[in-house]
Amino acid sequence: MSSVSLQATGRSRRRLVTNRVAQAGGILAALVAVAFLAILVGSVLQRAFHALNWDFFTKGPAVFGQTGGGIAPALVGTLLLVLIATAMALPIGVLVAIFVSEFAPRPIGDQVKLWLDVLNGFPSIVIGIFAFALAIKTKIAVLGIGHHQSVWAGSFALAIIMLPLVARTAMEVLALVPTSLREASYALGISKWRTVVGIVLPTAIGGIVTGTTLAIARAAGETAPLLFTCAIAGQVVSWDPSNSVASIPVTIFQYSESPDRNLNAQAWAAAFVLITVVLITSLVARLMLERSRRKLERV
Amino acid sequence: MEAGAVAQPSVLRRTRHLTDRVGDSGLLALAGAAAFIALLIIALIVWKVAAGAWPAIRHFGISFVWHETWNPVTNIYGAKEFIYGTLVTAFGAIVLAAPLAIAIGLFLTELAPHVLRGPIASLIDMLAAVPSVVVGLWGILVLGPFMRTHIEPFLHHNFGWIPIFGGSPSQSGVLIAIVVLTMMALPIISAVCRELFLTVPRDVKEASIGLGATHWEMVRTVMIPHVRGGILAGVILGLGRALGEAIAVTQVIGNAPFIHLSLFKPGNTLASQIASNYQGAGTNIEVASLVYLALILLVITFLANLGAQRIVHRFDTQRTR
Repeated sequence: MSSVSLQATGRSRRRLVTNRVAQAGGILAALVAVAFLAILVGSVLQRAFHALNWDFFTKGPAVFGQTGGGIAPALVGTLLLVLIATAMALPIGVLVAIFVSEFAPRPIGDQVKLWLDVLNGFPSIVIGIFAFALAIKTKIAVLGIGHHQSVWAGSFALAIIMLPLVARTAMEVLALVPTSLREASYALGISKWRTVVGIVLPTAIGGIVTGTTLAIARAAGETAPLLFTCAIAGQVVSWDPSNSVASIPVTIFQYSESPDRNLNAQAWAAAFVLITVVLITSLVARLMLERSRRKLERV
Repeated sequence: MEAGAVAQPSVLRRTRHLTDRVGDSGLLALAGAAAFIALLIIALIVWKVAAGAWPAIRHFGISFVWHETWNPVTNIYGAKEFIYGTLVTAFGAIVLAAPLAIAIGLFLTELAPHVLRGPIASLIDMLAAVPSVVVGLWGILVLGPFMRTHIEPFLHHNFGWIPIFGGSPSQSGVLIAIVVLTMMALPIISAVCRELFLTVPRDVKEASIGLGATHWEMVRTVMIPHVRGGILAGVILGLGRALGEAIAVTQVIGNAPFIHLSLFKPGNTLASQIASNYQGAGTNIEVASLVYLALILLVITFLANLGAQRIVHRFDTQRTR
């Protein structure tokens, strides 16, 4: 009597091999993506190391050709730009979310959501051109003269980029606030606006804050909208929003295309500062968003 | 208890506080106004960009789109090479990114150990959070030299008979732009794929396994057909990102006329042409022509996004039903 072999042969063997190959492909793809991130962050860390020192954070740029110097004006500029952009985008974004989740009938709410997603997909360079056309009036043929650009214009462009992000996450969180909470409030005779302001918003505040943080992390790294609205700037620290200021992304962009090795090194250091801030804030915000979402779902 | 003791609604309304009477309609007005502003901004963007491009539209007409010259000296402009460059880089990136992203989505929902799923998904999301200017900086100073000395000679040596791999390797060019855009589109598509694969009902998957399918056969015959439309939408979203990316592409593509087949040579896209030339533009007609390029870019990405969003929203409503 011959024993039956459990070894797969022929067609079933081929199927098993295909299965193995497909599984290996999946693992490989994930490795590639993680490797992209690791190589990117690794290169920035490795190259930023020499240029990072105290002067880098406190001084203005060095005179051309000399070593040293820093990005203090750009740090202040980015802070100013992002603060003003948040002040514009946050209230409008939250109000849009309240409109969609508390007031609008379903079809209208869906339309608003759809168009916010479309706005989110607009190329940032087009938004930069729009802010330029809207906020910067110029009759002069040669464009881009310093005093026409300002923090206001740059922040406005960044606010347009932030708006759909803030509004969409706020909507998501507001939708998770249990209806029973609202009904309990109505049953106590509390009017709708007090319910929204006093009950719904405080319940959802964690998610709204983290959504805004994610939007800030995105806006802080945007270059294209600033190229036309807030790029030609002096080399000193300025807190005046009616002036154009230097910003970290634009500084990296300009230094990266420079043939000067010192400026390349500065670009790496500035990139290090930028991705450290952006990656840490967005990682923390993501984790917190996940937590507050889970907390709301448990209610 | 007498029925009359219960206050009538009309009485209640009179006794309510002033803020309560205007509060509801006030909040509705504010929120409605905000939603209206958001929609108005979209209309304004389209209108302002069209208005800015108007001098060039009037001067060159629609033939601007397939005209090849871009010459500031003679003031004759055309968009053909930029549209070509945009399409080549974006589709090239999608061809690389889409299969990778689908595989990652499957890895994260089917293959990875449960403890690793969250962290790896977060890492890939982080890739999307890296600012494009940093990706561009890396592209120009690290990836460019590496491609010139390693990848491009290899491709040229082995596949040089295909025209796209002809030409001599260079430090900045279309292929590097494609790689950079792949990195940027990948996390967007893979996030969509992951969400979609999570929606495939467990019983359908188990039924397939129960019928004797291997893991891969289950994926191919059950999971992928179940979410096909959604994957397409995710790919279009990634495409939209790749079409519109300006900064990183400007940094790596070399900004030179792109009318050849070789992917090693420098090129140009709609977005990179705008980013690299806007501040140096001298005449009104040149500025208007650049805005015309922006308008073309806006129309392309607008259509792509609208199409993708419609598919996604249809999926959402199907799922909630």
